[in-house]
Amino acid sequence: MSDAARRALEVDSLVAGYEPGLPIVNGVSIGADAGEIVAILGPNGAGKSTLIKAVAGLVPISAGAVRLAGAEITRLPAHTMVRRGLAFTPQTENVFASMTVADNLRLASGIVTAPLRVGRIEAMYAFFPDLARQRALLAGRLSGGQRQMLAIARALIGEPRVLMLDEPSAGLSPKLVETVFARLTEIRQSGVAIVLVEQNARAALRIANRAYILVEGRNRREGSARDLADDPDVAGLYLGGLRAAPMRQAAS
Amino acid sequence: MTPQFLADGLIAGAMIGLGAIGVTLNYSILRFANFAHGEFISFGAYATLLIAAAIGAAFAGSAEAIGPFSFGWGIAAAGLGAMTLTGALALALDFLLFARLRQKGAAITTVMASFGASMALRALLEFAFTSRPVYFSRDLQIAMPIGFGMRVTADQIALLALTALLLAGVQALLTRTQAGRAMRAVAENPTLARVAGVDVDGVIRAVWLIGGALACASGIMLGLIVQIRPFMGFDLLLPLFAAAILGGIGSVPGAIAGALIVGVGEAAAVQIVGAEWRAAVAFLLLIGVLLVKPTGLFGRAD
Repeated sequence: MSDAARRALEVDSLVAGYEPGLPIVNGVSIGADAGEIVAILGPNGAGKSTLIKAVAGLVPISAGAVRLAGAEITRLPAHTMVRRGLAFTPQTENVFASMTVADNLRLASGIVTAPLRVGRIEAMYAFFPDLARQRALLAGRLSGGQRQMLAIARALIGEPRVLMLDEPSAGLSPKLVETVFARLTEIRQSGVAIVLVEQNARAALRIANRAYILVEGRNRREGSARDLADDPDVAGLYLGGLRAAPMRQAAS
Repeated sequence: MTPQFLADGLIAGAMIGLGAIGVTLNYSILRFANFAHGEFISFGAYATLLIAAAIGAAFAGSAEAIGPFSFGWGIAAAGLGAMTLTGALALALDFLLFARLRQKGAAITTVMASFGASMALRALLEFAFTSRPVYFSRDLQIAMPIGFGMRVTADQIALLALTALLLAGVQALLTRTQAGRAMRAVAENPTLARVAGVDVDGVIRAVWLIGGALACASGIMLGLIVQIRPFMGFDLLLPLFAAAILGGIGSVPGAIAGALIVGVGEAAAVQIVGAEWRAAVAFLLLIGVLLVKPTGLFGRAD
């Protein structure tokens, strides 16, 4: 495969923020190849979440470009992104709590043509057997781990090229984080490029191929997950005490 | 007290219910109370009257009553056209007014703007048609006994059946179709809906169309059973909101149940304590239900 074909997502010098003139993301460039997990790390307030929300079309972009498999998708309406193959799961409220598991997936299947819908939903039930057992349950009644699975299933139903996740480990027990991350490594094998925004740097670097560290809305470091995990400066400065006891960074 | 209040209340409840669905969908999806909804009802009734007159001028016999009913096929056909027109009016109002305010994100401004739109539309109707009531038909209808001391007219039966059909259609749309799931998704979480591929603007247009069309149906019903006046919709506004809140905002079955409770409650009040207290009874019911269940009968706590 040529380099251009492998590069699933390319974000080039992106400037984005909620208020004009107040960029939260200030010229960030990242890339993700087919079949790799890329972690976006950094202290609170670094602009990690804003970055992937902007890519997903949810935060206004004032400069820079986003390319999906070479095609420019900068500033396209958010609802068209998933049809083009860019899926996103928000950190919180990432399922429709008042709808059943089945209706959550049926709604998401609306992006593919009608004859394909049932098959895609069944494929998700096969991949996430827990969801199949709970299909008649309101999504609001699922456990935290099952909710995250449903959010991921919802995002995968269109068979995206790129899956962006905003802190999938938030609020989960360490054991559940392992379970969710194990599913992500399975999804990677199918050739999806996964972009993972995480506070839980330790766990993210364990499954990621590469990582970018953002600080104050700019690229600070990038490299293979292994190198970054072994780098004492990185651990001490940006990852919230990767080597030492976990500590929370002050919110900005 | 005669059981007639049940029949009267049911019919009033059907009219309120048709309007309350628009209010409840509007509130849950666009997140503001649209005070101009009453004017959709009045506009729908006048639009039907005008189209029926045009049809009557073009086709002799269109105004001749069908069977036991007071209206001919002209009004039935005009009703369909007017429902489309009222939906279009709702869309136009959103395009000209509400969409702009929505982008600024000020909910209270939008509510006030809807109040202004309500007054403006009402004044336009008064200007065009004067405040004198008009009627679809001058014929008197004889109410038939249906047992238990209750009487209803053929029109009322036909309109109740039509209402039931419309309500069942809306409920099926919401629960069984992709469009309905998209509406529920936007009501719960617009951002997540967009991420899931839902065109939120399309959903908003659908909500205005459905709300406008049903309000028009309510206006036609009110026009056939009572009379057509510029204030007809405005006078129905408080019962509409009472029904929507009573049933639980966002719930179509709730709006219908709320409307029937308000309708029957008002009709009973007329018999028990006198017509001047009818609005008070609707609100006592509303307060009573909200004290026991603040989210309304069918509302979810979220």
